[in-house]
Parts: sequence; structure tokens; C-alpha cells
Amino acid sequence: MKGGENTNAVEEAVAAAFRAEWGQVVATLIRVTGDWDLAEECAQDAFAQALDRWRRDGVPRRPGAWLTTTARNRALDVLRREAVGAAKLREVAVTAREEPSDGRETDTDDTDDSGVRDDRLRLLFTCCHPALPIEARVALTLRTLAGLTTPEIARAFLVPEATMAQRLVRAKRKIRNAGIPYRVPPAHLLPERTTGVLGVIYLLFNEGYAATSGADRVRANLCGEAIRLARVLADLMPDEPEVLGLLALLLLHDARRATRVDAAGEPVSLEDQDRSLWDRAEAEEGAGLLETALRGGRPGPYQVQAAIAACHTTAATAGATDWADIAGLYGELERLVPSAVVRLNRAFAVGMAEGPDAGLALVAELADEDELAGYHLLPATRADLLRRGGRPREAATAYERALELVENEAERRFLEKRLAECRSG
Amino acid sequence: MKYVLFVCLPESDEVTRPGEGLTARLRPPDDATTVRARDDEVLLSDGPFARGEEYVAGLDLVEAADLDEAVALAARHSAALGGGPVEVRPVWD
Repeated sequence: MKGGENTNAVEEAVAAAFRAEWGQVVATLIRVTGDWDLAEECAQDAFAQALDRWRRDGVPRRPGAWLTTTARNRALDVLRREAVGAAKLREVAVTAREEPSDGRETDTDDTDDSGVRDDRLRLLFTCCHPALPIEARVALTLRTLAGLTTPEIARAFLVPEATMAQRLVRAKRKIRNAGIPYRVPPAHLLPERTTGVLGVIYLLFNEGYAATSGADRVRANLCGEAIRLARVLADLMPDEPEVLGLLALLLLHDARRATRVDAAGEPVSLEDQDRSLWDRAEAEEGAGLLETALRGGRPGPYQVQAAIAACHTTAATAGATDWADIAGLYGELERLVPSAVVRLNRAFAVGMAEGPDAGLALVAELADEDELAGYHLLPATRADLLRRGGRPREAATAYERALELVENEAERRFLEKRLAECRSG
Repeated sequence: MKYVLFVCLPESDEVTRPGEGLTARLRPPDDATTVRARDDEVLLSDGPFARGEEYVAGLDLVEAADLDEAVALAARHSAALGGGPVEVRPVWD
């Protein structure tokens, strides 16, 4: 494509390149300059230049390589002008020369002994380093890898912009001052750190998933960002079943996203959702990835949760859900990550598979669990099983108890509706 | 990089344990004196500057390539103390 392209097409190309390449450009610039702020600045500058230059010269064949080279040259300029860090300057200059004309990098950096070498992966592992506070890990990942702006991240996490800016500044300072290494962790740390990265991506997705109202667009977009990051990770670590398991889980949940609330923004329970509106393609991709992951023969919590999500998403009707299968999977999950919340979910699945009484017996065993003290879903689950067992008066009492504990307004209205049904029926 | 590892014990523990390979072993906080100098006046008080659930029982000054390496050294001290906390702090260059 040469010159004469209309402005819109170029703007679209830059926007597409931004989504696809921002993380890679920043990640490479951090590696070669060691300076996170400079890396972001130069990446921003490269995208600004792209708008201009691509309009004039056409969109390059490899936009990512063009952007990286442009950002790197910019960094070189800045460092030259500041004339600080002469050694750093040489390093940037050397890496710039090593880059072949097609923009593909020769791999000269052998600091990783994990055998995985990609700048985005280095960046992701560094952003998710356990020495950083969890909110900072999430924010830094969104800023540097996903390219969200500080105001966008602040809005997504419902904190003032200044607070978010400060959080990012502090995180970058700690990385520099405390000597958090910019690398994919060595083999002996890798499994644990990978779990940490998956945790950050999952948290990101859940933040978005929890956003229900239409006004909450930025928050809802977090689901898309989490899926994009999970895809990058799955691309870079295709042999890690849990990485594929997480991506599968996110896709299977996301496929149902549109039907989780009704037009008025009220939550709709899984059995009442309009299954014809679920995103079939997304669900099938998730199910396919899960199969690939399970073939690895190393099950983990994300794979098991994805399998549970798949049971729901692939059932043609709510009535066709294989609850016995789900109960078995929760049992497996409980073995992998012992938790009272998982046991509560299993109790419900058993109630659905074998009848409410079987579920209620298991719920009763959880009454004294500290982990569930004050958790509204304990009485709410009990209430739901009682309701299904045709014991509306006892169910109403349990719903009242759940209503004393619930904090989320939408969930409160849902429980109130159920309570009213029990009282009237 | 240089890091200082503050090796801590629960307040209830009598310190005899931390010692192996530390740059400095510290006597218990009861033996501490805190000094503040203000307007030509030197104020002394008995005990450490802050009382917490844990107290610093020893210091280790270590050289490590990065935080991961320093954390590995800290983990060794922590394990030797049956899980006592160790604060890892980089030293100004």
C-alpha cells in the first residue's frame, strides 16, 4: 500500500497496531534502555509519528518492527541528548544495529535459563513480581502491556487518577530501586511465578466481569484485556496446560457475558439466561483449548474451573446440565485448592445432581467454617436448595439471613425477589 | 546490588538462635536505648524506637545480583528461624 490512503484507514491501522504492538514495543524498549518511563515515552512518540508518516508513506509491511525501530531511535536521541549513561547508550546502539532489516530480532540476550525469550513475557513476569503489591501488578500490566492510559486504569478500578498515577510511579520505582530483575524467572521459580501471572490476569478478568451496568464500559473492557493478555501468554507458553486452562476459562465465561444481566441491569441466574445469545464461537474456542490443555495430563485449578464452565456452557438447556459431572469436578478442585467456598459450590452441585437434601446435608457441614463466616452465599445456597426442595418457609428464613450479609446491590435485589417468591408461594 | 536483611523474631522469643552467617547478631530490645537529639538536647529512652510483634534480632549485609537472589538468601535465614520474618532492603548505591 502506498501513499494516498485515506486518513481513516491510516488511523485504523495505527489503532490496530497500538492494540497489537504496544506491549511488544514497550517491552523491547525497557530491555534495551532499562528505563520504564523512557520506554513508555518513546513508544508513545513512535505511535504519534506513525500517524504522520504512514499517511505520507503508506502503512509498513511490519508495523511492529517499524514502531520498535522508531521508538528505539527516539530513545537513542534522548539518551544522546541527555548524555547520561554512556554505557546504556552503547547498548541501545548495539541492539539497534543487530536488528536485521526485516525487524526480526536476533536473540542475543541469554539471561533467561527458562528457554523462553520474548520481551513481552519478561515484561509480564516483571509486572507481576510478587514483591509488588497486587494492585500495582494489575495496574502496571494494564499500563505497560495493554497500553491503557492512567486515567482509564483509574476509572476501571474506581480510584482517583492521582492515586493511580502514584501507584504506577511507586511500582516502577520499586522495580528499579529494589532490583527486581527484568526477565522470565529461572526454571526453579517459574511454576510459582507463572501461577502469579495467571492470578493477575484472572483478577483483571473478574474486575471486568463484576462490572454490570452499561455505564461501566471501561471496567467491562477489562475482560477483553484479560483475554488478550491470556492469549499472549498462551502463545508464548503453549506447553503450559494451566495457561491454556486459564484462557479457556476466560473464554467460556466471556461467552455468556451478554446474558448475565437483563435490559434493566439486573443479574439473571444461569438457568434463566437466554442460551441462544451465548457466543458459540467463543465457547467452542474455549472448549477446544481446554481439550488441548487436558491432553497435557497435568490438571490444575484453572483447567478444572474451565471444565466446570464448559459443563454449563455446552449444555443445550439448563435442565440438560450434567450436575453429577460438575459435582465431581468441584471435588477435584477441592483436592487441588482446599477451600470452603469450593466445598459450598460442590454442595450445591450435589444438591442439583442427587436432590436438594443431599446438598443441604453438605451445606450443613460448612456451618462452622471460619472462611464462610459472614459470607452471604452460605445462607443463599441453603435457601436456594430449600426452595428447590419445596420448603419455602425455611427458604425464606435463609434468604433473610443472606440479605443481612449481602453487600452488592444487584445481588440484594435478586435475593429480595427470591424471598418474595418464597413468601407468596 | 547490596541488600540488608533484617532478621526478625517474635517478641516472645528469647534470642539465642539467629547467628549463623549474620553480619551482626543483636541483643534483645530490652537492652536497647533510643536516642533523639533536638535543639541541643539529647533525649534518651529505654527500649527500641518501636515495639511490634516482632523485633530485629540480627542484620545481614549481602551482595546479590537482584531481588530474587536476595530473597533466596532471606528465605534461608527465615527457614533457620522456623519461619520468622526477614525484611529485605536495598542499600543506596
